[in-house]
Amino acid sequence: MMYHWISAPVLLPAVMGALMVLLMRNDLLLQRVFAIVSTLGLLAASVALLVAASNEGPEVYKLGDWPAPFGIVLVLDRLSALMVVLTAVLAVAVLLYVIGSAWDARGRHFHALFQFQLMGICGAFLTGDAFNLFVFFEILLIASYGLMIHSGGKDRLRAGVQYVAFNLVGSSLFLFALGTIYSITGTLNIADLAVKSAALTEGDAALFRVAAVMLMMVFAIKGALVPLQFWLPGTYSNAPGPVAALFAVMTKIGAYSVIRFGVIVLPPSHPITGTLIVDLMLPAALITLVLGALGILGATTLSRLAAFAAVASMGTAFIAISAFTPQSTAAAMYYMVHSTLAGAALFLIADLVAHRRAHDGLHQSLPPIAQAGLISALFMVSAIATAGMPPLSGFIGKLLVLDALREQAALVWSVILVTSLITILGFARAGSTLFWKAHASAPAGEAPGHPSQTLAFVAVGMLLAGLVALTLLAGPVIAWMEVTADSLFDTSAYIAANQLPEVN
Amino acid sequence: MEALVASAIGLMTSAGVYLMLRQRTFPVVVGLTLLTYAVNVFLFTSGRLATNMPAIYGTGAPGYSDPLPQALVLTAIVISFGMTAVIVMMALGAFLEAGHDKVDMNDDDAPTEGGQK
Repeated sequence: MMYHWISAPVLLPAVMGALMVLLMRNDLLLQRVFAIVSTLGLLAASVALLVAASNEGPEVYKLGDWPAPFGIVLVLDRLSALMVVLTAVLAVAVLLYVIGSAWDARGRHFHALFQFQLMGICGAFLTGDAFNLFVFFEILLIASYGLMIHSGGKDRLRAGVQYVAFNLVGSSLFLFALGTIYSITGTLNIADLAVKSAALTEGDAALFRVAAVMLMMVFAIKGALVPLQFWLPGTYSNAPGPVAALFAVMTKIGAYSVIRFGVIVLPPSHPITGTLIVDLMLPAALITLVLGALGILGATTLSRLAAFAAVASMGTAFIAISAFTPQSTAAAMYYMVHSTLAGAALFLIADLVAHRRAHDGLHQSLPPIAQAGLISALFMVSAIATAGMPPLSGFIGKLLVLDALREQAALVWSVILVTSLITILGFARAGSTLFWKAHASAPAGEAPGHPSQTLAFVAVGMLLAGLVALTLLAGPVIAWMEVTADSLFDTSAYIAANQLPEVN
Repeated sequence: MEALVASAIGLMTSAGVYLMLRQRTFPVVVGLTLLTYAVNVFLFTSGRLATNMPAIYGTGAPGYSDPLPQALVLTAIVISFGMTAVIVMMALGAFLEAGHDKVDMNDDDAPTEGGQK
């Protein structure tokens, strides 16, 4: 029923982005109107796809009508639909913020790049082909390079060069992995890989293990898993605030790909790789969480603090993922949705602060900023959500992760609980430097004036409202995610949807 | 022929990795380029080395050369070429703004006056 709509989240931003470059490159107002229309359209289409995916099983869209595994397919299932909806919600909020704070007027082609970025992200979530995944990674990366250095500046450009260089290495590694996999199995369709790799002979086992680890390393780069996380703090803290907020969903692509490949192609029951992936991932995830928490405590600026919060949240998500059980995957999904919204809100708030202060450094307190009351309240809410304190969804998310990992409680629980404490300390330090001590150092006189930027506050409020909704509706949302995780682990439906030909 | 292609890939990869670890932008870009060349040849060989074979298997043919890796290589070449162009432009911009082309960032000078906007 939804057959052709599956391609909409890829095609709509692609067409709109191209139109913006070709027809309206000098008219910012027109670009804004089209960007909003396009993003709202993406949201509507993705919600429709989510409803369709919830009611039916996985559905395959054949690009060019070539059958899998010869042609490239898009696969819509509950997990990919969820991630596309998350992307669309985040995109609407970030777009409102960008327009409200006039970030798009500080350089050219912001909206076109934004649409191409959305195209790449949605495509990466929907594709059912490993090489196509690489192509969508490159699309979202090349758009992100443009967004990252939007409006220029020395530090931003230099951080941008590092970011591009690091991702070029990641892309090369991805191609090495894909080439190795293709030379062993002769296919790159994800469902076909699951079938063929399980039937490999002993002679190919070593090569396949190498390819599997290389593939997971590429996703670990995207997901900022230690020891491949070092690109993230510099990139996110130097990118424009709203762009960093959009990037909050980019790390989730790494986590999504790990779930997708880890469950379907390389499950712990795989005859060749076995628990190889799990054994590597859990320690890395624990160290990621510790490093992120320490980074929050020691961050020199608010945007660096937000970046390390993103690292810590990926650590928690990967801890849940690394168990590879339906329960832990459902917990990971809930936590990923929460941390995307909370992380994005934090980056936007950091941008609000940086605009009103001479800098957003945390080493000295400066006089109070304009609208300090409102901004500090927003910061408080997002800090509670990020640190995982009750009553917001971060608490529920961490509770789910703890509950899913009862078997390794001694190690995992202590790491998660101690890092939560460190995170709370870090946020308390940042908040008191930025908002409380400001009053002590205030010179007599009125607060400095600043444009009110209503739309920007609406955008932040939207993200926080999403967190509240995620908390209030936690029951139905978790029930839905548990069904999603169960259907994900029942890989036969996913493989059957690809209608692979019988092997002769 | 296998030994020749394999050692060429290995040589290009190691030279690329060595150059990538340098401190200046230009060697890093050259290193990345070498690495992408190595990847392209590697992808090409992932369909097995076959010379003078038709791309599509026919009844009279002794074998075939896999056409899919060639399509993959084409895609990879276009993407890596575009990415290299992007990084060259950005490196040039960074060099003109900063006055030097060191790759590493000095964290000490990050939160100074007017920065981080």
